[in-house]
Amino acid sequence: MSVIVLLIAVSVLVAAGFLVAFLWSVKSGQMDDDYTPSVRMLFDDELKEVKQNTTKK
Amino acid sequence: MQERCYHCGADCDETIKLDDKFFCCDGCKLVFQLLDENGMCQYYDLTNMPGMSAKGKYASEKFNYLDSEAIQDQLIQFKSGDQAHVVFYLPQIHCVSCVWLLENLSKINPGIIHSQTQFEKKEIKIIYRPSAISLKELVQLLAFVGYEPMIHLGGNDWMKKKKVNRKQLLKIGIAGFCFSNIMMLSFPDYLSANIEELGALRPFFIYLNLLLSLPVLLYSAKDFFISAYTGLRQKWLNIDAPIALAILVTFGRSLYEILTQTGAGYLDSMSGIVFFMLIGRWFQDKSYDSFSFDRDYTSFFPLGVTAVEDGKEINKPLSKIEKGEILLIRSDEMIPADSIVLTEGALVDYSFVTGENAPIEVPKGANIFAGGIQKGRAIQLEVVKSVGQSYITELWNSPILKTDKNTEKSFVHPWSQYFTIVLFGIAISSGIYWWAVDPHKILPAVTSVLIVACPCSLLLTVTFTYGNVLRHLGKSKMYCKNASVLEAIEKIDTIVFDKTGTLTNHENTHLEYIGAELSQEECIAIKSVTRESLHPLSQLITQYFNSVTAISAVDKIQNFVGKGTQAQIGSTKILIGSTSFLKMMEVELNSEIVGSSVCVAINGIFKGVFKVNHVYRQGVSQMAQQLKLKGYKLYLLSGDHATEKINLHKLLGSDVTMLFEQIPDDKLKYIQELQNQGHKVMMVGDGLNDAGALQKSDVGIAVTDQTHLFTPASDAILEGSMIQQLHHLIDYAKKGKLVIVLIFILSLIYNVVGMYFATRAQLSPMVAAILMPVSSISIVSLSALLTFMFSVALKPKS
Repeated sequence: MSVIVLLIAVSVLVAAGFLVAFLWSVKSGQMDDDYTPSVRMLFDDELKEVKQNTTKK
Repeated sequence: MQERCYHCGADCDETIKLDDKFFCCDGCKLVFQLLDENGMCQYYDLTNMPGMSAKGKYASEKFNYLDSEAIQDQLIQFKSGDQAHVVFYLPQIHCVSCVWLLENLSKINPGIIHSQTQFEKKEIKIIYRPSAISLKELVQLLAFVGYEPMIHLGGNDWMKKKKVNRKQLLKIGIAGFCFSNIMMLSFPDYLSANIEELGALRPFFIYLNLLLSLPVLLYSAKDFFISAYTGLRQKWLNIDAPIALAILVTFGRSLYEILTQTGAGYLDSMSGIVFFMLIGRWFQDKSYDSFSFDRDYTSFFPLGVTAVEDGKEINKPLSKIEKGEILLIRSDEMIPADSIVLTEGALVDYSFVTGENAPIEVPKGANIFAGGIQKGRAIQLEVVKSVGQSYITELWNSPILKTDKNTEKSFVHPWSQYFTIVLFGIAISSGIYWWAVDPHKILPAVTSVLIVACPCSLLLTVTFTYGNVLRHLGKSKMYCKNASVLEAIEKIDTIVFDKTGTLTNHENTHLEYIGAELSQEECIAIKSVTRESLHPLSQLITQYFNSVTAISAVDKIQNFVGKGTQAQIGSTKILIGSTSFLKMMEVELNSEIVGSSVCVAINGIFKGVFKVNHVYRQGVSQMAQQLKLKGYKLYLLSGDHATEKINLHKLLGSDVTMLFEQIPDDKLKYIQELQNQGHKVMMVGDGLNDAGALQKSDVGIAVTDQTHLFTPASDAILEGSMIQQLHHLIDYAKKGKLVIVLIFILSLIYNVVGMYFATRAQLSPMVAAILMPVSSISIVSLSALLTFMFSVALKPKS
């Protein structure tokens, strides 16, 4: 039976780890803006050079 | 085919060209060149024609006031060594390209270290090196590429709002964590056939639960206790009072059961209630970040102005301006205080103040009022009243506005009072019953009643339903300040409209020519003259002759400020101007001329007038009919002359009371009078001239075309194109109450079931644990379903 105590302790600890991650993300402002990051990740740094090549052709 | 500007998408002729791209003006071309040089043409790849028209917008001197240290300190948030952080509000942000360009500003100027936008808030945070680029140059760069920051006297108070929001998320997160873990740890207790089998594990589970419930009680539920306490101190039972009581009773009884080892308590139900209710509140309060509903005059006025002292121009914060100072106002700048004009050439657009959109010429020596925008060249003024005491700003200090309008109690509150009374009735009677039958069961029965009948279902219904209604209204471009606006809309019986900018479209004025027919040569001649002038009416005439492409050279041109223009093309003499100007030039007039109009005479013979007509928004007439059918009384208050009265009666119907030449104070007083007669008034208006009325009315709706650039303080912001839908929007806002009543009936059924167990002192933690989430989830989904079904009527039928 004592294995259950151990397992529960571990499971609560794992969950607490996620809770801490959530609290940290809120406090560091990651939840302040839920739109712009979804756009920002699509900006392609390489596009600029590719474009110049195609216009030269 | 008409070419469109590669930068901003405006129609343009083919005069300004670079490679194969056309531009509408040199400004747009310059922006393109700047971006091209820096290899930033991705701006144009992400969205087609993303730019803001640069036509006549950019004036670098406008930002001179940013050189002042005092103003810089107000704007810069953080400064250390050679790094400064600044946040600007850029209302022009509208597409992916905007985000890309603004976040790559460092490519244009290496002095910018980092820039990050927040799309929904329309904000940009810039980290820069003051040694490499000054704040003024930074703002000039932003303005140059088309994103002129809104910098106003009111300052940046949005930072506070953000932190409050974060706290709410933290509370939800913690409550959610504790709730789910307590739930999990409670399962063995509910499910094992024989609790004794759990042995030593049971106290372990129970005490862990108790530990987990503490953060919920002490942190997450804090707001309910505070609100209940403040309510009680004002001798008022608000909806949070029974909730706070239920939370306390649940926790108390659970604690008692655990310590006396008689049971496991209802800690899962308690943390579940708190979790769901917090989500409900968050959902309802998730309002529109980029909108500002509480603007007073300070958000319209610039932060700094240029003062003239001993012949030198000095940049000063507006708050330091006093009586007697001399100010320099450039084109497109706002007049910050009531003053006397010292130089010629004042051409003032008072559309914010009076609603009349034709600019007025102000002669030298005359009074000029705060709130007007200079349209001509730079002028000098002598301040006669300080900023806070000017005519327009005094409106805000008017004692009529001092009464807070949203103090009226929500309709949920009286219900919650009955609810509380009934609840205590049941609790006491079940207590009396068990006192007679079995005194041991008094405490369990009474506490169970309080636990089960917690009005959280009522609160959940209200918060989720109003949250949904607000979101659906937002999709239809009506943005409400908060949920109490919806309750105020329900009580409305009178609707007052403003004319200019509300029923008419600001940007869309229609020019009509009345008089003798003009020959092709005459049209060319008139266009050739008017295109030389920057006067808005001349520009309208130039636009009127859009189909005329030929231009002849103007030989002689003479402008009479405030009157008109005399010009000569070949042997043709042309006079364009006001009636008094033509009279002065000894031209005989032969028609009745009313309203804003421009007269034309060729070779000394009167030809005709160009009349400025306001274009009414589409569907206004049907909207008015529908509103009248629904029993609303309509009024119209206009700052304009009564010239449009006949048209308006045709449009709105002859039973609409109309008042013209209303100054802002008149509007405010009229609203008050209606309210004194016992009416609940909705004011639909725009501009500063309606600001007082909007604030005084029970529901003030600000109508705007330029996506929330300038909206006075109001309860809701409505996009101009949606005013034809107003009756649908009002209807929908009222549906919220119906949905709440329907769902409340459902939750009463849950309560009756719960009560059945509770009054018999048979409420097991398991029944409570099942009842609570089932009722919460069904309420939330039913609310979403019903509000969605009603919102179908809102969709424009195109």
